[in-house]
Amino acid sequence: MSTGAPPLSGPPKPQARALNCPKCGAAITLRSFGQAVTVVCSSCRCILDAKDPNLAILQQFEIKTSDVKPLIPLGTRGKLRGTDYEVTGFQRRSVMVDGITYYWHEYVLFNPYKGIRYLSEYNGHWNDISICKTLPSADGGGATYLGEAYKHFQSADANTDFVLGEFPWQVRVGEKAGVTDYVHPPRVLSSEKLEKEVTWSIGEYMYGREIWDSFKLPGDPPEAMGVYENQPSPVATNVTGMWVAFAAFAVFLLLLMGVFDMRAKKEPVLQQTYRFDRAEVKGEPSFVSDEFALTGRTSTVEVKTFAPVSNHWIYLNYALINQDTGQAWDFGREVSYYYGHDSDGSWTEGKQNDTVVIPSVPAGHYYLRIEPEADPSLPSIPYTVEIIRDVPVFGIYGIAFLALLVPVVIICFRAYTFERSRWSESDHPPVQLSSGSGDDE
Amino acid sequence: MSQPVANCPNCGAKIVFRWSSSVQTVCDFCKSILVRTDVDLKKVGQVADLPPDSSPIQINTEGKYGNKAFVVVGRILYEYDQSGWNEWHVMMNDGSSAWLSDAQSEYALSLSSKAPNLPAAAQVHVGQQFTWNNQTYTASVITPAHYRGVEGELPFQYWDKADVTFVDLRTESRKFATLDYSDPEPALYLGEFVEFDDLKLKNLRSFEGW
Repeated sequence: MSTGAPPLSGPPKPQARALNCPKCGAAITLRSFGQAVTVVCSSCRCILDAKDPNLAILQQFEIKTSDVKPLIPLGTRGKLRGTDYEVTGFQRRSVMVDGITYYWHEYVLFNPYKGIRYLSEYNGHWNDISICKTLPSADGGGATYLGEAYKHFQSADANTDFVLGEFPWQVRVGEKAGVTDYVHPPRVLSSEKLEKEVTWSIGEYMYGREIWDSFKLPGDPPEAMGVYENQPSPVATNVTGMWVAFAAFAVFLLLLMGVFDMRAKKEPVLQQTYRFDRAEVKGEPSFVSDEFALTGRTSTVEVKTFAPVSNHWIYLNYALINQDTGQAWDFGREVSYYYGHDSDGSWTEGKQNDTVVIPSVPAGHYYLRIEPEADPSLPSIPYTVEIIRDVPVFGIYGIAFLALLVPVVIICFRAYTFERSRWSESDHPPVQLSSGSGDDE
Repeated sequence: MSQPVANCPNCGAKIVFRWSSSVQTVCDFCKSILVRTDVDLKKVGQVADLPPDSSPIQINTEGKYGNKAFVVVGRILYEYDQSGWNEWHVMMNDGSSAWLSDAQSEYALSLSSKAPNLPAAAQVHVGQQFTWNNQTYTASVITPAHYRGVEGELPFQYWDKADVTFVDLRTESRKFATLDYSDPEPALYLGEFVEFDDLKLKNLRSFEGW
């Protein structure tokens, strides 16, 4: 500091001013110092000129219901994004859509250094709002702000119908502003048009719990009802990313299939044609095949059956028996093929081929016991049995594919229904898919 | 730092100029508005008490803009029908000066700039675009304001104004421009909006209860 200079007297330290309503005499406190432009007397509902030392009356309003009460009382302080703010003003606003009036509440927050900020609340949904410092650009369908695209949500005329406390602008009950909201969850970009002045603000969605914690309010916040315009989706935020991940897994599965298919030896170990002849079958119909060896590692064994059935069936009771250990795998296969014509045209059912895979068969000497049964109307039929060792199994990939697909589809469906209910409240409701699905309220 | 010293021609108090290029100052004791001439100080008027306001900034508030430190040396207070704002005259540590405006805690820093063919007030309308220094500015608000008072040191004589027209021009970034029609020749200020926290202000006013 310079020497000899007189001490700066400076203006007096600003403090909350205590005044009295010129109409009813009730005490009025100005909490936002010089930033208050209008202040409302809470007892006689006068809107007063806060800039006037005599608090000239600007408007008096009446409210039919007495239950318009701020959820955060005026004068409450809380920490929002690291800064202390005091609630200095409260207003209720409404829009009328299709003959129904919707109300929401706005809170004016004040910090003498950081200035004014706002909170809005609608049906338990909160937004932390501040005035845009840079100019968004808007066209009919959307707006761009700080390089981010926002979708048009709703345009409506907002009416101010109840005010309390102080406002940094000339507030009046009954004043209408053209409000347009553009969304990019969790943010909402709003323009408010009042006569020739347009004010842009940017809001970010907040949960009631965060507000309650910030302002240390007792009890619980009112439960949020429905889906709000900029409410972040509780479902996976990045549906596209999920599909990309899914596609990557699918490709991985295909690669895995390819690798295992290449590694599989697909080694034929037995191929034999037998004949079922009812006339010859006397007593015990079962017989055994030639012996064959399975070599190499424990692997799958595929048993293929072919029979030229035609509107018949043949049933084969198989047992794959390890000659060395006596271990047996019993299984029965049916080969049937039917076809015909009916009123819907021609039809077929079944196939002349059957394939079955037995997993994890160790190396050793084996034979197949076969016990055929056949359609009683079938006197005689040939059938071929083929055994192939070490075949790739693809069924497991199908299961894995489905196991991956199902959650992705469920999440996408949930994301879709959430977005549907969000947009059903907008100027651009989603098209109803069918008359029966009109239940998304 | 050179601090030219003189005495108030009205009351004799010592007048210290913190910024060597200051043209005008206000005597802290007798509130005389003093204008520097080649030889001495001349009293040109008297400031009325400024209305109580709620700006957290005051004369001697220090801060930073980019890598430059500054100190607040003067102020012009304007009013318009809705409210008012302060233009704080700040002295940068490189000897230049700038304006820190505070409109309801919205802070912006601007510099006096030169550009040819500035439009006359009557020629400007909202929505009109101008390009200065390769940046396009869109006129957003035309504010008829009035001068409410001065304090401290200013780079020009400014003490006997009444109504003043300002044109605010915005961009899609933080940059903005102001056309000032206080004088017959329009003046251009180019600047940008700044965050309170980024200014790292010290020696602010304190508020009762905060």
